[in-house]
Amino acid sequence: MGESSINFAKASSAALQDQQLRGNFRRAMDGLMSKRAVQFADTAEWNGVRTLGASVRLRALSKLPELLEKLEANCTKNGIQVHWASTTDEANAIVLSIMQRVNAKLVVKGKSMVSEEMHLNAFLEKHGIESLESDLGEYIVQLDEAMPSHIIMPAIHMNTKQIAHLFKQKIKEAEYTEDVAQLTDLARRVLRKKFATADVGISGVNMAVAETGTLCLVENEGNGRMSTTVPPVHIAVMGLEKVVEKLEDVPPVISLLTRSATAQPITTYVNMISSPRKAGEKDGPDEIHLVILDNGRSGIYADEELRNTLRCIRCGACMNHCPVYTKVGGHAYQAPYPGPIGSILMPQVEGLETRGELPHACTMCNACVEICPVKIPIVEIMGRLRSEAVHPGDAVKGAGSHASKAETMVWKGWSMTYASPLAYQFATALLAKLGNAAPASLPLLKEWTNVRSKPRFANRTLHALAREKGIPDV
Amino acid sequence: MSHDGTLSRPAIERPDSVYFFGTCLVDLFYPEAGMAGMDLLKQQGVRVVFPQGQSCCSQPAYNSGYREEALKVARAQLDYFPGDWPIVVPSGSCAGMMSKHWPDLFKGEPDEARACQVASRVWELTQFLVQVLKVKFEDQGPPVKITWHASCHAQREMGVTDEPKALLRQLANVELVELQREKECCGFGGTFAVRHPEISAAMVGDKVADIENTGAKAVVSGDCGCLMNISGALEGGKKPVRGVHIAQFLKERTHG
Ligand code: SF4
Repeated sequence: MGESSINFAKASSAALQDQQLRGNFRRAMDGLMSKRAVQFADTAEWNGVRTLGASVRLRALSKLPELLEKLEANCTKNGIQVHWASTTDEANAIVLSIMQRVNAKLVVKGKSMVSEEMHLNAFLEKHGIESLESDLGEYIVQLDEAMPSHIIMPAIHMNTKQIAHLFKQKIKEAEYTEDVAQLTDLARRVLRKKFATADVGISGVNMAVAETGTLCLVENEGNGRMSTTVPPVHIAVMGLEKVVEKLEDVPPVISLLTRSATAQPITTYVNMISSPRKAGEKDGPDEIHLVILDNGRSGIYADEELRNTLRCIRCGACMNHCPVYTKVGGHAYQAPYPGPIGSILMPQVEGLETRGELPHACTMCNACVEICPVKIPIVEIMGRLRSEAVHPGDAVKGAGSHASKAETMVWKGWSMTYASPLAYQFATALLAKLGNAAPASLPLLKEWTNVRSKPRFANRTLHALAREKGIPDV
Repeated sequence: MSHDGTLSRPAIERPDSVYFFGTCLVDLFYPEAGMAGMDLLKQQGVRVVFPQGQSCCSQPAYNSGYREEALKVARAQLDYFPGDWPIVVPSGSCAGMMSKHWPDLFKGEPDEARACQVASRVWELTQFLVQVLKVKFEDQGPPVKITWHASCHAQREMGVTDEPKALLRQLANVELVELQREKECCGFGGTFAVRHPEISAAMVGDKVADIENTGAKAVVSGDCGCLMNISGALEGGKKPVRGVHIAQFLKERTHG
């Protein structure tokens, strides 16, 4: 993972040419934005809840090491086995060793972004284990052999027609239909059979409560609960930042999460898992494992500014409101986490040398900052990463790797001119006189004038006009 | 209503004099918008000082990751605003750079306090006209239908959302129709438009379609970056809609 550099520009260009895709995204995101706006119509309430949400996450992060220890102790006390993984390779190996011990051949999975980060499905397949996504969106994406394009709605890039074709093509007993209820029903029938025979269930974790050793999962389809209760072994994977201190921290965060994500006041299912099946209980797995993944997070944690990235509750609102994401869709980012949060998280996790293009996939319009329910200063962190990409430092992997000689020279020249009034006035006066003669075919101008007219330099600069009109200088 | 993370300025007394910070785009491409901004201030009986040494708020380098270069240019500005007067800027983006980002840019530098002092005196033009000068305009122009594009940084960094529209609504013959996606970025984003020209084109394309749907004859904006992008796209697509800076529009309407 992360070995090869991604090409956001190329991937987004392909996405922009796909009119179907563009339409799908625009419509879906417009719908999500307006639904969310209804949920938070009351500005005072919104300000209150997000301040609370941000403070819950900040408090948790301020004592992260202590809370993680507490979480481990309390989970262990409850009978949940805790494993630590510092890399995705380690996490995969842990999952595999549990599977091999119980001789697992079939795994059903609830939705988990961390497992995407681990590329777990491909890894398990390599080891002869079938891993089946049970979240409808994830199932569709898996059938399509694609990546999720959104962290909450993995198949949002597809419309019903496309899904209908996919099902007909990939599911044996499928009849072609565009009826959503029938399609859902078909997927459910396939999945039900698998739930009954799966050896292991895998899930993510929305929050883990340190004080009680409880894993919280929110979902709408019931597949998550099936994955965590029906198979005899349940493995939960989570990033180490997902811990909160107390049980009472859960409701405000869930409320912000569901309202920001899908505009629901609450989801159909909120699962609170605190132990394997106890004697006399009718359901639940015999074993529960919690795999806590670092994958660069402790490095992010060590830097006070970057640490704010870890506040994220993965609601996806920043993507829904991002004017770039809504144009190009999630696949252009070529990362498990797309959009604004992905653009700051991926370079920190995998390094600027391969992911350094992502912080530039942004106009810095701040729409994501305005909407983020836990107030992550996404754009500030983006700016920080842009500067790390050109200035060698030690906070982020690959810092300094984007310092091209030519670009550095341009900015050096720029700063010399703009920091000296004489040089500035000379240069601007000259530009005002000669600038319009530049041919539209110049490299940067060419890109600009593809859809726009050429900017016209005024005959005289504001400096000159102000002097002529006698506007006082001091 | 200002959003989190935005700055709202505490009310101040009406000053005798103000500084005008022209911004580099206004300087080179829209000097008449700068002159109009100064005229509007003078009309209200305020003395306007335009320091000739000023150049740029340093945002282009800052946003590209070249912070040392940005610091150098920002530092050079500090000398030109020695008095205690407010600094009025006809661009939400540059105002946001100066008031919100300069304190970060200068953090730990010997002149940090001075930079913060300058930053704290920065006002976006419409914010200053409404909140400090409490202007009342009388419209002298013919009837016209216009629309308003909200600049990202004016709204989300400076907390300027209602002020420009309040000014436009003072004009009796001007019909203001709101865009369906008024708050959505036009795709300029400084170097973004050059780094990602295709995405930027798609974004400004959506903006232009939105503007056309209103049937407005002009789109008014408070930021020259947006203006250059949007009016460039309108012209490029041969759309009969004009892009105009709010200072210039207000001046045209009130001076006949
Ligand atoms: S960064 Fe904020 S808005 Fe984006 S997914 Fe995370 S919590 Fe949600």
